[in-house]
Amino acid sequence: MSETSPAAKADTTKLEAESRSATKAQLAEFWYYFSQNKGAVAGLVVFVLLVLMAVFAAFIAPHNPDFQYRDSFLVPPVWQEGGKAEFLLGTDAVGRDILSRLIYGAQFSLFIGVVVVTIALVGGITIGLVAGYMRGAVDTFIMRVMDIILAFPSLLLALVLVAILGPGLINAMIAIAIVLQPHFVRLTRAAVLAERSRDYVVAARVAGAGHIRLMFKTILPNCLAPLIVQATLSFSNAILDAAALGFLGMGAQPPTPEWGTMLAEAREFILRAWWVVTFPGLAILITVLAINLVGDGLRDALDPKLKRS
Amino acid sequence: MSEDVILKVRDVYRTYDIKGGLFKKASTLTAVKGVSLDVERGTTLAVVGESGCGKSTLARMLTMIDAQTSGSIEIDGLPIDISKTGISKEMRQKVQIVFQNPYGSLNPRQKIGHVLEEPLLLNTDMAPAERQDLALQMLQKVGLQPEHYGRYPHMFSGGQRQRIAIARAIMMKPRLLVLDEPVSALDLSVQAQILNLLADLQDEMGLTYVFISHDLSVVRYIADKVMVMYFGEVVEYGTRDEVFNNPQHDYTKTLFAATPRADVDSIRKRLAAKAA
Repeated sequence: MSETSPAAKADTTKLEAESRSATKAQLAEFWYYFSQNKGAVAGLVVFVLLVLMAVFAAFIAPHNPDFQYRDSFLVPPVWQEGGKAEFLLGTDAVGRDILSRLIYGAQFSLFIGVVVVTIALVGGITIGLVAGYMRGAVDTFIMRVMDIILAFPSLLLALVLVAILGPGLINAMIAIAIVLQPHFVRLTRAAVLAERSRDYVVAARVAGAGHIRLMFKTILPNCLAPLIVQATLSFSNAILDAAALGFLGMGAQPPTPEWGTMLAEAREFILRAWWVVTFPGLAILITVLAINLVGDGLRDALDPKLKRS
Repeated sequence: MSEDVILKVRDVYRTYDIKGGLFKKASTLTAVKGVSLDVERGTTLAVVGESGCGKSTLARMLTMIDAQTSGSIEIDGLPIDISKTGISKEMRQKVQIVFQNPYGSLNPRQKIGHVLEEPLLLNTDMAPAERQDLALQMLQKVGLQPEHYGRYPHMFSGGQRQRIAIARAIMMKPRLLVLDEPVSALDLSVQAQILNLLADLQDEMGLTYVFISHDLSVVRYIADKVMVMYFGEVVEYGTRDEVFNNPQHDYTKTLFAATPRADVDSIRKRLAAKAA
Protein backbone atom coordinates (compact mmCIF):
# COMPACT_ATOMS: atom_id res chain seq x y z
CA MET A 1 0.00 0.00 0.00
CA SER A 2 3.02 2.28 -0.07
CA GLU A 3 2.79 3.37 -3.69
CA THR A 4 0.43 6.33 -3.78
CA SER A 5 -0.36 6.78 -7.44
CA PRO A 6 -2.95 9.46 -8.16
CA ALA A 7 -6.36 7.96 -7.81
CA ALA A 8 -7.54 9.29 -11.13
CA LYS A 9 -5.05 7.04 -12.87
CA ALA A 10 -5.92 4.00 -10.81
CA ASP A 11 -6.04 0.83 -12.81
CA THR A 12 -9.68 0.38 -13.79
CA THR A 13 -9.28 -3.31 -14.52
CA LYS A 14 -7.93 -3.84 -11.02
CA LEU A 15 -10.88 -1.93 -9.62
CA GLU A 16 -13.33 -4.07 -11.53
CA ALA A 17 -11.62 -7.23 -10.35
CA GLU A 18 -11.87 -6.00 -6.77
CA SER A 19 -15.52 -5.15 -7.25
CA ARG A 20 -16.21 -8.57 -8.72
CA SER A 21 -14.45 -10.35 -5.89
CA ALA A 22 -16.60 -8.43 -3.38
CA THR A 23 -19.70 -9.71 -5.17
CA LYS A 24 -18.22 -13.18 -5.26
CA ALA A 25 -17.49 -13.05 -1.53
CA GLN A 26 -21.14 -12.30 -0.85
CA LEU A 27 -22.25 -15.25 -2.95
CA ALA A 28 -19.70 -17.49 -1.24
CA GLU A 29 -21.00 -16.44 2.15
CA PHE A 30 -24.57 -17.10 1.05
CA TRP A 31 -23.64 -20.58 -0.17
CA TYR A 32 -21.76 -21.33 3.04
CA TYR A 33 -24.81 -20.67 5.20
CA PHE A 34 -27.14 -22.43 2.75
CA SER A 35 -24.97 -25.55 2.59
CA GLN A 36 -24.88 -25.82 6.38
CA ASN A 37 -28.48 -26.98 6.11
CA LYS A 38 -28.22 -30.51 4.66
CA GLY A 39 -31.96 -30.80 4.12
CA ALA A 40 -31.91 -27.68 1.99
CA VAL A 41 -29.15 -29.06 -0.21
CA ALA A 42 -31.09 -32.30 -0.66
CA GLY A 43 -34.19 -30.27 -1.51
CA LEU A 44 -32.22 -28.24 -4.01
CA VAL A 45 -30.92 -31.40 -5.70
CA VAL A 46 -34.44 -32.81 -6.01
CA PHE A 47 -35.72 -29.49 -7.30
CA VAL A 48 -32.98 -29.25 -9.93
CA LEU A 49 -33.78 -32.80 -11.05
CA LEU A 50 -37.45 -31.82 -11.32
CA VAL A 51 -36.60 -28.81 -13.43
CA LEU A 52 -34.40 -30.92 -15.70
CA MET A 53 -37.20 -33.47 -15.95
CA ALA A 54 -39.68 -30.80 -16.93
CA VAL A 55 -37.37 -29.19 -19.48
CA PHE A 56 -36.38 -32.45 -21.16
CA ALA A 57 -39.78 -34.14 -20.79
CA ALA A 58 -40.00 -34.82 -24.51
CA PHE A 59 -36.75 -36.81 -24.42
CA ILE A 60 -37.23 -38.64 -21.12
CA ALA A 61 -40.86 -39.67 -21.31
CA PRO A 62 -41.21 -43.18 -22.75
CA HIS A 63 -44.64 -42.52 -24.26
CA ASN A 64 -46.86 -39.74 -25.49
CA PRO A 65 -48.73 -38.61 -22.36
CA ASP A 66 -52.07 -38.37 -24.19
CA PHE A 67 -51.85 -41.59 -26.21
CA GLN A 68 -54.35 -44.25 -25.12
CA TYR A 69 -53.18 -47.86 -25.38
CA ARG A 70 -56.48 -49.65 -26.00
CA ASP A 71 -55.05 -53.05 -25.07
CA SER A 72 -53.77 -52.05 -21.63
CA PHE A 73 -56.29 -50.34 -19.34
CA LEU A 74 -55.28 -50.06 -15.68
CA VAL A 75 -52.07 -52.04 -16.05
CA PRO A 76 -50.33 -52.21 -12.62
CA PRO A 77 -46.73 -51.06 -12.10
CA VAL A 78 -44.00 -53.29 -13.47
CA TRP A 79 -43.08 -54.99 -10.17
CA GLN A 80 -46.62 -56.17 -9.53
CA GLU A 81 -48.25 -59.21 -10.99
CA GLY A 82 -49.59 -58.39 -14.43
CA GLY A 83 -47.34 -55.38 -14.90
CA LYS A 84 -45.78 -54.68 -18.29
CA ALA A 85 -42.18 -53.61 -18.78
CA GLU A 86 -43.15 -50.80 -21.17
CA PHE A 87 -45.38 -49.12 -18.53
CA LEU A 88 -43.06 -48.71 -15.53
CA LEU A 89 -45.64 -47.13 -13.23
CA GLY A 90 -48.65 -48.70 -14.91
CA THR A 91 -51.43 -47.09 -16.94
CA ASP A 92 -54.63 -45.30 -16.04
CA ALA A 93 -58.25 -46.13 -16.84
CA VAL A 94 -57.98 -45.15 -20.51
CA GLY A 95 -54.59 -46.77 -21.09
CA ARG A 96 -52.24 -43.76 -20.80
CA ASP A 97 -48.76 -44.28 -19.35
CA ILE A 98 -48.66 -42.79 -15.85
CA LEU A 99 -44.89 -42.20 -15.79
CA SER A 100 -45.04 -40.13 -18.98
CA ARG A 101 -47.96 -38.14 -17.66
CA LEU A 102 -46.12 -37.43 -14.42
CA ILE A 103 -43.05 -36.26 -16.33
CA TYR A 104 -45.11 -33.91 -18.46
CA GLY A 105 -47.08 -32.88 -15.39
CA ALA A 106 -43.87 -31.50 -13.86
CA GLN A 107 -43.90 -28.90 -16.64
CA PHE A 108 -47.32 -27.69 -15.58
CA SER A 109 -46.55 -27.69 -11.89
CA LEU A 110 -43.37 -25.66 -12.28
CA PHE A 111 -45.07 -23.35 -14.76
CA ILE A 112 -47.89 -22.76 -12.28
CA GLY A 113 -45.41 -22.11 -9.49
CA VAL A 114 -43.36 -19.63 -11.52
CA VAL A 115 -46.33 -17.70 -12.91
CA VAL A 116 -48.26 -17.53 -9.64
CA VAL A 117 -45.26 -16.47 -7.60
CA THR A 118 -44.27 -13.86 -10.18
CA ILE A 119 -47.72 -12.29 -10.24
CA ALA A 120 -48.10 -12.39 -6.46
CA LEU A 121 -44.56 -11.13 -5.86
CA VAL A 122 -44.68 -8.21 -8.29
CA GLY A 123 -48.11 -7.12 -7.12
CA GLY A 124 -47.38 -7.71 -3.46
CA ILE A 125 -44.07 -5.87 -3.49
CA THR A 126 -45.48 -2.84 -5.30
CA ILE A 127 -48.53 -2.55 -3.07
CA GLY A 128 -46.56 -3.28 0.09
CA LEU A 129 -43.89 -0.73 -0.79
CA VAL A 130 -46.47 1.94 -1.43
CA ALA A 131 -48.28 1.14 1.82
CA GLY A 132 -45.14 1.08 3.94
CA TYR A 133 -43.58 4.11 2.33
CA MET A 134 -46.63 6.39 2.21
CA ARG A 135 -48.14 5.44 5.58
CA GLY A 136 -51.27 7.31 6.59
CA ALA A 137 -54.63 6.78 4.92
CA VAL A 138 -53.20 4.94 1.91
CA ASP A 139 -51.55 2.43 4.22
CA THR A 140 -54.69 1.91 6.28
CA PHE A 141 -56.83 1.41 3.19
CA ILE A 142 -54.49 -1.08 1.56
CA MET A 143 -53.96 -3.09 4.72
CA ARG A 144 -57.67 -3.33 5.46
CA VAL A 145 -58.34 -4.64 1.96
CA MET A 146 -55.58 -7.20 2.46
CA ASP A 147 -57.07 -8.18 5.82
CA ILE A 148 -60.37 -8.84 4.10
CA ILE A 149 -58.71 -11.09 1.53
CA LEU A 150 -56.84 -12.89 4.31
CA ALA A 151 -60.06 -13.45 6.23
CA PHE A 152 -61.34 -15.91 3.61
CA PRO A 153 -60.11 -19.50 3.62
CA SER A 154 -57.64 -19.44 0.75
CA LEU A 155 -58.98 -22.37 -1.22
CA LEU A 156 -62.54 -21.15 -0.89
CA LEU A 157 -61.61 -17.72 -2.20
CA ALA A 158 -59.69 -19.29 -5.07
CA LEU A 159 -62.76 -21.40 -5.87
CA VAL A 160 -65.01 -18.35 -5.89
CA LEU A 161 -62.60 -16.47 -8.14
CA VAL A 162 -62.38 -19.40 -10.55
CA ALA A 163 -66.15 -19.65 -10.52
CA ILE A 164 -66.29 -15.99 -11.56
CA LEU A 165 -63.46 -16.16 -14.11
CA GLY A 166 -64.41 -19.59 -15.45
CA PRO A 167 -62.48 -22.85 -15.02
CA GLY A 168 -59.10 -23.29 -16.68
CA LEU A 169 -55.45 -23.34 -15.80
CA ILE A 170 -54.74 -19.64 -16.48
CA ASN A 171 -57.72 -18.47 -14.43
CA ALA A 172 -56.77 -20.84 -11.63
CA MET A 173 -53.30 -19.34 -11.58
CA ILE A 174 -54.64 -15.79 -11.43
CA ALA A 175 -56.98 -16.79 -8.61
CA ILE A 176 -54.18 -18.42 -6.60
CA ALA A 177 -51.93 -15.41 -7.16
CA ILE A 178 -54.59 -13.08 -5.78
CA VAL A 179 -55.07 -15.34 -2.78
CA LEU A 180 -51.32 -15.44 -2.05
CA GLN A 181 -50.70 -11.76 -2.65
CA PRO A 182 -51.68 -10.38 0.82
CA HIS A 183 -48.86 -12.35 2.43
CA PHE A 184 -46.34 -10.57 0.24
CA VAL A 185 -47.97 -7.21 0.87
CA ARG A 186 -47.78 -7.66 4.65
CA LEU A 187 -44.23 -8.90 4.54
CA THR A 188 -43.03 -6.11 2.28
CA ARG A 189 -44.78 -3.47 4.32
CA ALA A 190 -43.30 -4.74 7.57
CA ALA A 191 -39.79 -4.76 6.09
CA VAL A 192 -40.24 -1.30 4.57
CA LEU A 193 -41.44 0.12 7.88
CA ALA A 194 -38.30 -1.17 9.55
CA GLU A 195 -36.00 0.22 6.87
CA ARG A 196 -37.54 3.54 5.94
CA SER A 197 -36.43 5.43 9.03
CA ARG A 198 -32.87 4.15 8.88
CA ASP A 199 -30.11 6.70 8.43
CA TYR A 200 -29.06 5.53 5.00
CA VAL A 201 -32.53 6.23 3.67
CA VAL A 202 -32.42 9.74 5.14
CA ALA A 203 -28.94 10.17 3.70
CA ALA A 204 -30.17 9.19 0.24
CA ARG A 205 -33.02 11.68 0.65
CA VAL A 206 -30.60 14.44 1.60
CA ALA A 207 -28.52 13.49 -1.43
CA GLY A 208 -31.61 14.21 -3.54
CA ALA A 209 -33.16 10.82 -4.25
CA GLY A 210 -36.82 10.97 -5.30
CA HIS A 211 -39.63 8.81 -3.97
CA ILE A 212 -39.44 6.17 -6.68
CA ARG A 213 -35.67 5.83 -6.31
CA LEU A 214 -35.94 5.66 -2.53
CA MET A 215 -38.61 2.99 -2.72
CA PHE A 216 -37.16 0.70 -5.35
CA LYS A 217 -33.42 1.33 -5.27
CA THR A 218 -32.67 2.20 -1.68
CA ILE A 219 -35.25 0.42 0.45
CA LEU A 220 -36.41 -2.56 -1.62
CA PRO A 221 -33.05 -4.38 -1.96
CA ASN A 222 -32.78 -4.41 1.82
CA CYS A 223 -36.23 -5.97 2.19
CA LEU A 224 -35.71 -8.83 -0.23
CA ALA A 225 -34.46 -11.55 2.14
CA PRO A 226 -37.80 -12.43 3.79
CA LEU A 227 -39.55 -12.01 0.45
CA ILE A 228 -37.34 -14.59 -1.25
CA VAL A 229 -38.06 -17.08 1.52
CA GLN A 230 -41.79 -16.38 1.32
CA ALA A 231 -41.65 -16.72 -2.47
CA THR A 232 -40.19 -20.23 -2.30
CA LEU A 233 -42.74 -21.31 0.27
CA SER A 234 -45.53 -19.79 -1.83
CA PHE A 235 -44.18 -21.67 -4.82
CA SER A 236 -45.07 -24.96 -3.17
CA ASN A 237 -48.33 -23.53 -1.90
CA ALA A 238 -49.25 -22.54 -5.45
CA ILE A 239 -48.55 -26.06 -6.74
CA LEU A 240 -50.66 -27.50 -3.95
CA ASP A 241 -53.55 -25.10 -4.49
CA ALA A 242 -53.45 -25.66 -8.24
CA ALA A 243 -53.58 -29.40 -7.64
CA ALA A 244 -56.52 -28.92 -5.29
CA LEU A 245 -58.35 -26.78 -7.85
CA GLY A 246 -57.52 -29.38 -10.50
CA PHE A 247 -58.89 -32.11 -8.25
CA LEU A 248 -62.11 -30.16 -7.80
CA GLY A 249 -62.37 -29.77 -11.57
CA MET A 250 -61.80 -26.01 -11.52
CA GLY A 251 -58.17 -25.96 -12.59
CA ALA A 252 -56.49 -27.57 -15.55
CA GLN A 253 -59.06 -29.43 -17.64
CA PRO A 254 -58.64 -33.02 -18.78
CA PRO A 255 -56.79 -34.41 -20.65
CA THR A 256 -54.03 -32.04 -19.47
CA PRO A 257 -51.53 -34.18 -17.52
CA GLU A 258 -51.65 -31.90 -14.48
CA TRP A 259 -51.06 -33.77 -11.22
CA GLY A 260 -54.19 -32.59 -9.44
CA THR A 261 -56.33 -33.27 -12.48
CA MET A 262 -54.83 -36.77 -12.72
CA LEU A 263 -55.88 -37.38 -9.14
CA ALA A 264 -59.41 -36.24 -9.89
CA GLU A 265 -59.71 -38.51 -12.92
CA ALA A 266 -58.53 -41.48 -10.88
CA ARG A 267 -60.94 -40.93 -8.03
CA GLU A 268 -63.29 -43.77 -8.94
CA PHE A 269 -60.47 -46.31 -9.18
CA ILE A 270 -58.92 -45.65 -5.77
CA LEU A 271 -60.00 -49.01 -4.39
CA ARG A 272 -59.31 -51.09 -7.49
CA ALA A 273 -56.03 -49.60 -8.76
CA TRP A 274 -53.96 -47.90 -6.07
CA TRP A 275 -51.24 -46.76 -8.51
CA VAL A 276 -53.42 -44.28 -10.41
CA VAL A 277 -53.77 -42.10 -7.31
CA THR A 278 -50.59 -42.90 -5.42
CA PHE A 279 -48.04 -41.75 -7.97
CA PRO A 280 -49.49 -38.30 -8.75
CA GLY A 281 -49.92 -37.81 -5.01
CA LEU A 282 -46.31 -38.78 -4.37
CA ALA A 283 -45.15 -36.44 -7.12
CA ILE A 284 -46.95 -33.53 -5.47
CA LEU A 285 -45.63 -34.50 -2.05
CA ILE A 286 -42.00 -34.79 -3.14
CA THR A 287 -42.05 -31.53 -5.09
CA VAL A 288 -43.63 -29.53 -2.29
CA LEU A 289 -41.34 -31.05 0.30
CA ALA A 290 -38.22 -30.30 -1.75
CA ILE A 291 -39.22 -26.69 -2.32
CA ASN A 292 -40.07 -26.18 1.34
CA LEU A 293 -36.67 -27.53 2.33
CA VAL A 294 -35.00 -25.10 -0.06
CA GLY A 295 -37.06 -22.31 1.47
CA ASP A 296 -35.86 -23.28 4.92
CA GLY A 297 -32.26 -23.21 3.76
CA LEU A 298 -32.77 -19.81 2.16
CA ARG A 299 -34.13 -18.53 5.42
CA ASP A 300 -31.00 -19.76 7.18
CA ALA A 301 -28.79 -18.08 4.61
CA LEU A 302 -30.66 -14.80 4.27
CA ASP A 303 -32.11 -14.02 7.68
CA PRO A 304 -29.52 -11.95 9.52
CA LYS A 305 -30.98 -12.90 12.88
CA LEU A 306 -29.93 -16.50 12.40
CA LYS A 307 -26.45 -15.54 11.28
CA ARG A 308 -23.55 -15.25 13.64
CA SER A 309 -22.11 -12.01 12.41
CA MET B 1 -15.77 38.75 12.01
CA SER B 2 -19.34 39.24 10.91
CA GLU B 3 -18.80 39.94 7.23
CA ASP B 4 -18.98 36.42 5.88
CA VAL B 5 -21.93 34.73 7.52
CA ILE B 6 -22.80 31.49 5.77
CA LEU B 7 -25.55 30.23 8.04
CA LYS B 8 -28.05 32.63 9.46
CA VAL B 9 -30.82 31.27 11.65
CA ARG B 10 -33.39 33.61 13.13
CA ASP B 11 -35.92 32.71 15.76
CA VAL B 12 -36.60 29.19 14.57
CA TYR B 13 -39.31 27.11 16.18
CA ARG B 14 -40.21 23.53 15.60
CA THR B 15 -43.30 21.99 17.15
CA TYR B 16 -44.59 18.46 16.90
CA ASP B 17 -48.23 17.58 17.23
CA ILE B 18 -48.84 14.73 19.60
CA LYS B 19 -51.93 12.85 18.59
CA GLY B 20 -54.52 12.41 21.25
CA GLY B 21 -55.49 8.89 22.16
CA LEU B 22 -58.54 7.52 23.87
CA PHE B 23 -57.54 8.76 27.30
CA LYS B 24 -55.26 11.58 26.35
CA LYS B 25 -55.78 14.95 24.80
CA ALA B 26 -53.88 16.04 21.74
CA SER B 27 -51.07 18.40 22.55
CA THR B 28 -48.02 19.94 20.96
CA LEU B 29 -44.39 19.57 21.84
CA THR B 30 -41.97 22.35 21.07
CA ALA B 31 -38.63 20.75 20.32
CA VAL B 32 -36.80 23.91 19.31
CA LYS B 33 -37.79 27.26 20.79
CA GLY B 34 -36.63 30.43 19.11
CA VAL B 35 -33.10 29.50 18.16
CA SER B 36 -31.00 32.18 16.45
CA LEU B 37 -27.42 31.78 15.36
CA ASP B 38 -24.79 32.88 12.87
CA VAL B 39 -21.91 30.83 11.55
CA GLU B 40 -19.08 32.40 9.59
CA ARG B 41 -17.47 30.75 6.61
CA GLY B 42 -14.76 28.26 7.51
CA THR B 43 -15.56 28.13 11.21
CA THR B 44 -17.08 25.50 13.45
CA LEU B 45 -20.10 25.95 15.65
CA ALA B 46 -20.53 23.30 18.29
CA VAL B 47 -24.02 22.62 19.57
CA VAL B 48 -24.00 21.00 23.00
CA GLY B 49 -26.80 19.70 25.16
CA GLU B 50 -28.30 16.65 26.78
CA SER B 51 -30.27 14.07 24.80
CA GLY B 52 -33.70 15.28 23.82
CA CYS B 53 -32.84 18.95 23.99
CA GLY B 54 -33.47 19.60 20.30
CA LYS B 55 -29.97 19.33 18.87
CA SER B 56 -30.86 16.73 16.29
CA THR B 57 -34.12 18.47 15.42
CA LEU B 58 -32.08 21.57 14.68
CA ALA B 59 -29.76 19.47 12.52
CA ARG B 60 -32.69 18.02 10.61
CA MET B 61 -34.02 21.48 9.88
CA LEU B 62 -30.65 22.76 8.74
CA THR B 63 -30.27 19.82 6.37
CA MET B 64 -33.80 20.20 5.01
CA ILE B 65 -34.98 16.82 6.23
CA ASP B 66 -37.72 18.52 8.24
CA ALA B 67 -39.26 21.94 7.80
CA GLN B 68 -39.20 24.56 10.53
CA THR B 69 -42.56 25.59 11.99
CA SER B 70 -41.63 29.26 12.03
CA GLY B 71 -38.57 31.46 11.76
CA SER B 72 -36.05 31.81 8.97
CA ILE B 73 -33.01 29.84 7.93
CA GLU B 74 -30.61 31.24 5.37
CA ILE B 75 -27.71 29.25 4.00
CA ASP B 76 -25.16 31.13 1.90
CA GLY B 77 -27.71 33.81 1.15
CA LEU B 78 -30.37 31.31 0.10
CA PRO B 79 -33.53 31.29 2.21
CA ILE B 80 -34.60 27.80 3.22
CA ASP B 81 -38.23 27.06 3.87
CA ILE B 82 -39.05 23.67 2.44
CA SER B 83 -42.64 23.59 3.57
CA LYS B 84 -43.34 26.51 1.24
CA THR B 85 -40.90 26.31 -1.62
CA GLY B 86 -39.71 22.71 -1.66
CA ILE B 87 -36.09 21.79 -2.23
CA SER B 88 -34.16 22.79 -5.30
CA LYS B 89 -30.94 21.21 -6.49
CA GLU B 90 -29.17 24.43 -5.68
CA MET B 91 -30.29 24.27 -2.06
CA ARG B 92 -29.29 20.63 -1.89
CA GLN B 93 -25.72 21.41 -2.89
CA LYS B 94 -25.25 23.88 -0.05
CA VAL B 95 -25.63 21.55 2.88
CA GLN B 96 -24.98 17.91 3.72
CA ILE B 97 -25.09 15.78 6.85
CA VAL B 98 -22.98 13.10 8.55
CA PHE B 99 -24.84 10.84 10.94
CA GLN B 100 -23.89 9.51 14.32
CA ASN B 101 -24.05 5.81 13.66
CA PRO B 102 -21.75 4.72 10.82
CA TYR B 103 -23.34 1.26 10.89
CA GLY B 104 -26.76 2.59 9.93
CA SER B 105 -25.90 5.39 7.57
CA LEU B 106 -24.59 3.29 4.68
CA ASN B 107 -26.87 1.18 2.54
CA PRO B 108 -25.78 -2.44 3.16
CA ARG B 109 -26.56 -3.43 -0.44
CA GLN B 110 -24.69 -0.60 -2.10
CA LYS B 111 -21.02 -0.72 -2.99
CA ILE B 112 -18.87 2.13 -1.72
CA GLY B 113 -18.28 3.49 -5.20
CA HIS B 114 -22.00 3.79 -5.78
CA VAL B 115 -22.51 5.34 -2.36
CA LEU B 116 -20.11 8.11 -3.33
CA GLU B 117 -21.42 8.52 -6.86
CA GLU B 118 -25.09 8.69 -5.89
CA PRO B 119 -25.14 12.44 -5.09
CA LEU B 120 -23.40 13.19 -8.40
CA LEU B 121 -25.74 10.92 -10.30
CA LEU B 122 -28.80 12.61 -8.82
CA ASN B 123 -27.72 16.23 -8.97
CA THR B 124 -25.39 16.57 -11.96
CA ASP B 125 -25.24 15.12 -15.44
CA MET B 126 -21.64 13.94 -15.37
CA ALA B 127 -20.42 11.03 -17.44
CA PRO B 128 -19.96 7.76 -15.50
CA ALA B 129 -16.18 7.81 -15.99
CA GLU B 130 -15.98 11.32 -14.59
CA ARG B 131 -18.04 10.32 -11.57
CA GLN B 132 -15.77 7.36 -10.94
CA ASP B 133 -12.72 9.61 -11.12
CA LEU B 134 -14.19 11.98 -8.56
CA ALA B 135 -15.21 9.14 -6.28
CA LEU B 136 -11.71 7.68 -6.39
CA GLN B 137 -10.15 11.04 -5.63
CA MET B 138 -12.51 11.47 -2.74
CA LEU B 139 -11.64 8.02 -1.34
CA GLN B 140 -8.01 9.05 -1.27
CA LYS B 141 -8.83 12.40 0.25
CA VAL B 142 -10.53 10.81 3.26
CA GLY B 143 -7.71 8.33 3.70
CA LEU B 144 -9.04 5.21 1.99
CA GLN B 145 -7.61 3.15 -0.86
CA PRO B 146 -8.88 3.04 -4.45
CA GLU B 147 -9.48 -0.70 -4.14
CA HIS B 148 -12.17 0.03 -1.57
CA TYR B 149 -14.28 1.37 -4.43
CA GLY B 150 -16.00 -1.93 -5.19
CA ARG B 151 -16.52 -3.22 -1.66
CA TYR B 152 -19.63 -3.41 0.47
CA PRO B 153 -20.04 -1.44 3.73
CA HIS B 154 -19.94 -4.53 5.94
CA MET B 155 -16.32 -5.07 4.92
CA PHE B 156 -15.24 -1.88 6.73
CA SER B 157 -14.59 -0.91 10.32
CA GLY B 158 -16.58 1.80 12.09
CA GLY B 159 -13.91 4.45 11.54
CA GLN B 160 -13.60 3.60 7.87
CA ARG B 161 -17.36 3.74 7.46
CA GLN B 162 -17.45 7.17 9.03
CA ARG B 163 -14.78 8.25 6.54
CA ILE B 164 -17.02 6.97 3.75
CA ALA B 165 -20.00 8.86 5.19
CA ILE B 166 -17.92 12.03 5.31
CA ALA B 167 -16.73 11.44 1.75
CA ARG B 168 -20.32 11.06 0.58
CA ALA B 169 -21.31 14.26 2.34
CA ILE B 170 -18.59 16.34 0.69
CA MET B 171 -18.96 14.85 -2.80
CA MET B 172 -21.15 17.77 -3.81
CA LYS B 173 -18.73 20.27 -2.29
CA PRO B 174 -21.29 21.69 0.13
CA ARG B 175 -20.74 24.99 1.89
CA LEU B 176 -22.12 23.76 5.18
CA LEU B 177 -21.66 20.36 6.75
CA VAL B 178 -23.85 19.31 9.64
CA LEU B 179 -22.16 16.68 11.79
CA ASP B 180 -24.62 14.95 14.09
CA GLU B 181 -22.38 13.45 16.79
CA PRO B 182 -20.04 12.05 14.16
CA VAL B 183 -17.53 10.53 16.57
CA SER B 184 -19.60 9.43 19.55
CA ALA B 185 -20.02 5.89 18.19
CA LEU B 186 -16.28 5.44 17.66
CA ASP B 187 -13.53 4.50 20.05
CA LEU B 188 -11.08 7.12 21.26
CA SER B 189 -8.14 6.61 18.90
CA VAL B 190 -10.45 6.52 15.90
CA GLN B 191 -12.24 9.62 17.20
CA ALA B 192 -8.99 11.52 17.05
CA GLN B 193 -8.32 10.36 13.49
CA ILE B 194 -11.77 11.41 12.33
CA LEU B 195 -11.52 14.80 14.07
CA ASN B 196 -8.15 15.41 12.42
CA LEU B 197 -9.60 14.43 9.07
CA LEU B 198 -12.44 16.89 9.60
CA ALA B 199 -9.99 19.64 10.52
CA ASP B 200 -7.89 18.93 7.41
CA LEU B 201 -10.94 18.95 5.17
CA GLN B 202 -12.07 22.23 6.67
CA ASP B 203 -8.74 23.86 5.86
CA GLU B 204 -8.58 22.37 2.41
CA MET B 205 -12.13 22.97 1.20
CA GLY B 206 -13.13 25.93 3.32
CA LEU B 207 -16.00 23.98 4.86
CA THR B 208 -18.21 25.34 7.58
CA TYR B 209 -19.26 22.90 10.29
CA VAL B 210 -22.20 22.70 12.61
CA PHE B 211 -20.91 20.11 15.03
CA ILE B 212 -23.44 18.49 17.31
CA SER B 213 -22.01 16.74 20.30
CA HIS B 214 -22.36 16.01 23.96
CA ASP B 215 -18.67 15.31 24.44
CA LEU B 216 -17.10 18.46 25.84
CA SER B 217 -13.51 17.39 25.25
CA VAL B 218 -14.28 16.97 21.56
CA VAL B 219 -16.04 20.33 21.50
CA ARG B 220 -13.10 22.05 23.14
CA TYR B 221 -10.83 20.60 20.47
CA ILE B 222 -12.80 21.46 17.36
CA ALA B 223 -15.13 24.40 18.03
CA ASP B 224 -14.71 28.09 17.33
CA LYS B 225 -18.06 28.96 18.81
CA VAL B 226 -20.19 27.02 21.23
CA MET B 227 -23.93 27.00 21.67
CA VAL B 228 -25.52 25.23 24.61
CA MET B 229 -29.12 24.08 24.31
CA TYR B 230 -31.44 23.13 27.14
CA PHE B 231 -35.01 21.97 26.55
CA GLY B 232 -35.08 23.47 23.07
CA GLU B 233 -33.74 26.84 24.12
CA VAL B 234 -30.34 28.37 23.65
CA VAL B 235 -28.98 29.05 27.10
CA GLU B 236 -25.46 29.96 26.14
CA TYR B 237 -23.93 31.17 22.92
CA GLY B 238 -20.44 32.54 22.45
CA THR B 239 -16.88 31.80 21.47
CA ARG B 240 -15.32 28.66 22.81
CA ASP B 241 -13.16 30.44 25.37
CA GLU B 242 -16.00 32.61 26.63
CA VAL B 243 -18.25 29.65 27.20
CA PHE B 244 -15.64 27.34 28.66
CA ASN B 245 -13.97 29.90 30.92
CA ASN B 246 -16.98 31.82 32.05
CA PRO B 247 -20.20 29.86 31.78
CA GLN B 248 -23.21 32.05 32.54
CA HIS B 249 -26.17 29.75 32.77
CA ASP B 250 -26.75 27.26 35.56
CA TYR B 251 -27.21 24.40 33.17
CA THR B 252 -23.87 25.06 31.49
CA LYS B 253 -22.13 25.08 34.84
CA THR B 254 -23.71 21.75 35.77
CA LEU B 255 -22.78 20.38 32.39
CA PHE B 256 -19.14 21.29 32.81
CA ALA B 257 -19.13 19.96 36.34
CA ALA B 258 -20.61 16.72 35.08
CA THR B 259 -17.62 15.94 32.89
CA PRO B 260 -16.04 12.93 34.55
CA ARG B 261 -12.61 13.62 36.01
CA ALA B 262 -10.17 10.79 36.42
CA ASP B 263 -7.50 12.41 38.62
CA VAL B 264 -6.93 10.93 42.06
CA ASP B 265 -8.07 13.99 44.00
CA SER B 266 -11.48 14.19 42.41
CA ILE B 267 -12.00 10.45 42.84
CA ARG B 268 -11.17 10.77 46.56
CA LYS B 269 -13.57 13.68 46.82
CA ARG B 270 -16.32 11.69 45.12
CA LEU B 271 -15.78 8.74 47.46
CA ALA B 272 -15.85 11.02 50.46
CA ALA B 273 -19.09 12.57 49.26
CA LYS B 274 -20.56 9.11 48.83
CA ALA B 275 -19.50 7.98 52.31
CA ALA B 276 -20.93 11.08 53.94
